Amino acid sequence: MPDTVITYIIRRLVAAIGLLVIVSAVTFSIFYLVPRWAGATPETLATRYVGRAATEDTVKLTAERLGLYDPIAVQYWNWAKGVVVGAEYDYGAGVERCPAPCLGYSFITKQPVWPELLDRIPVTLSLAAGASVLWLALGVAIGVLSALRRGSIFDRAAMTVALAGVSLPIFFTGLISLAFFSYQLGWTVPGGTFVKITDNPIKWAQALTLPWITLAFLFSAQYARLTRAGMLETMNEDFIRTARAKGLPERTVVVQHGLRGALTPIVTIFGLDVGLLLGGAVLTEKTFSLPGLGKYAVDGIVANDLPKILGVTLVAAVFIVLANLIVDLLYAVVDPRVRAK
Amino acid sequence: MTEPNSFLEVRDLRTHFPTDDGLVKSVDGLSFSLDRGKTLGIVGESGSGKSVTSLSIMGLHKGGSARISGEVLLDGQDLVSSSAEEVRLLRGKRMAMIFQDPLSAMHPYYTVGHQIIEAYRVHNKVTKAVAKKHAIEMLDRVGIPQPDKRVDAYPHQFSGGMRQRAMIAMALSCDPDLLIADEPTTALDVTVQAQILDLIRDLQREFNSAVIIITHDLGVVAELADDIQVMYAGRAIEYGTAEDIFDRPQHPYTWGLLGSMPRIDRERTERLIPIKGTPPSLINVPSGCAFNPRCNYASLNEGASETERPELLDIGAGHKVACHLSPGQRQKIWETDIKPKL
Ligand SMILES: Nc1ncnc2c1ncn2[C@@H]1O[C@H](COP(=O)(O)OP(=O)(O)OP(=O)(O)O)[C@@H](O)[C@H]1O
Ligand code: SF4
Ligand SMILES: [Mg+2]
Repeated sequence: MPDTVITYIIRRLVAAIGLLVIVSAVTFSIFYLVPRWAGATPETLATRYVGRAATEDTVKLTAERLGLYDPIAVQYWNWAKGVVVGAEYDYGAGVERCPAPCLGYSFITKQPVWPELLDRIPVTLSLAAGASVLWLALGVAIGVLSALRRGSIFDRAAMTVALAGVSLPIFFTGLISLAFFSYQLGWTVPGGTFVKITDNPIKWAQALTLPWITLAFLFSAQYARLTRAGMLETMNEDFIRTARAKGLPERTVVVQHGLRGALTPIVTIFGLDVGLLLGGAVLTEKTFSLPGLGKYAVDGIVANDLPKILGVTLVAAVFIVLANLIVDLLYAVVDPRVRAK
Repeated sequence: MTEPNSFLEVRDLRTHFPTDDGLVKSVDGLSFSLDRGKTLGIVGESGSGKSVTSLSIMGLHKGGSARISGEVLLDGQDLVSSSAEEVRLLRGKRMAMIFQDPLSAMHPYYTVGHQIIEAYRVHNKVTKAVAKKHAIEMLDRVGIPQPDKRVDAYPHQFSGGMRQRAMIAMALSCDPDLLIADEPTTALDVTVQAQILDLIRDLQREFNSAVIIITHDLGVVAELADDIQVMYAGRAIEYGTAEDIFDRPQHPYTWGLLGSMPRIDRERTERLIPIKGTPPSLINVPSGCAFNPRCNYASLNEGASETERPELLDIGAGHKVACHLSPGQRQKIWETDIKPKL
């Protein structure tokens, strides 16, 4: 059994690497081709590194050193090689080493992308971790209660709010909660003040409370509806009647038999949602000015900063691929019938 | 009514469900009694209220929309007026149930062992290890080979017959005094059916429990039951010993059942006499005798069949029947019309 699990994981990881190659190649092509269609040349691209004041020769030299004259396939190959083994850039004034995973240098800040990403990942991770725990607990609890009291005032109220939660955009609920909790009540700081959990856990939580709640509201709505539907189905199953016939207390029947039976789709969606969120909660980070991956990506796209965009895309893709793998493994943990296959 | 001091006494049990279409009278005035060591068979067409009867006894309709009245005395304690919590504590411990389809009746995500252990530990303060040992013993008792290995298997890894054995092990894990089996063999292969019936009979002797067996299959009750209750539209229309029902059936519906029901002890190709028409709606039960639209003899008693509900009356030695026909009429029809065709 464990043997087959390990070969399964290895197979999936190999497939995942293939997927990452495809994702990065596609992104690379898009952001390589689009500026060129818009009239950009290797020289204008090189200008972005050396500045407009540079002489034509300097620009040409830079473009050459950056490999901007190479065909697209060669450029992609060099970029991918940098990710795996690192790269060396010769600026004329000396050789600069960019250790693996080398994601290149930002056109704008001239800083290496990977360390910048490393700074951003904890922000997005903190955001996703707190929000997901919150929405899972909230959504599942509300969904279960709604299903058990189907048709009651609680059920109807919860499902109405859930419908609103699913349909309202995050910048709307986010700005409203900002206006209310931060500016009106002064309970939380308005954002933009991310502090690492290792530096000061209290400030960390304070800065993230509002984004957590806003995100959790959006997501728990969906989870409440999903849980409710699943519970309504499983609580009608024969095995629930059996559980009651054994004399189990109703709480055990609901949680260990009902909810357990309804868990599979919830686990699946949860894994995928967390994976997506780790790629950057663009709107939330923007609304609350959190310096996470999402905001980094937007900044990159706005400035047409190819190395940044590629870097974030790759990291986001890694998160999503990993989340998928974990979901599939969890699936087997949750449903023993899957294990046989 | 019923003779006092039986282990299980059901008196005028009614289970009605209010629905959008009207009040569904699934069980409508049912009385019977059952002693330890005895088996009662309940037979009747689909929708006659057999399952609702058993679930009502178990208290599994409590707290839902059902309106339940009457008495269910288990060893003297009335379960209808007891609280849901009081009945829950008896469920699984003093009365247990096995269901038709063991695959859907067991939780797919828990091992068979876990589900037996759980049933045992709700009512017994023991450690998991002790309970597991007990579960293995129970699996062994119901004839599951290698019980110490199978205890960790999931329901989907069992065959249908083995699953039903495991269900029985689960139901009997707390040594209940009353076991209700609702169509325990319907979902199984014919060869396996006989094995399961043998098992139930053996275990009943061993545990000396009272058993109610619910079925469409008269062959099953012929094998197991001491007494048989025939249900129609939520009521008993005939009640008697197995000999009464098989050798001297009195009710036209019972005659129909005997002629139309599949039996494991009879080839399926043999000529069957189907009962004409379909079971009545339980919302608008026909007035008079509920069976009258389908009965060949409804015209023999001056319209009483359409206007007056026949009471379940004792016609001697505990054999009861609810029909307006006179004993003489019934005797004649049975001898000339029915018996030769069966
Ligand atoms: N919870 C409920 N709400 C409304 N009606 C119900 C409910 N449970 C059962 N009934 C109705 O009660 C009637 C009797 O059902 P029951 O399950 O007891 O029949 P049965 O004799 O066991 O039939 P079968 O042989 O098909 O199992 C059916 O018409 C059914 O639709
Ligand atoms: S009472 Fe009338 S309708 Fe009912 S079974 Fe007897 S003869 Fe038939
Ligand atoms: Mg039934």
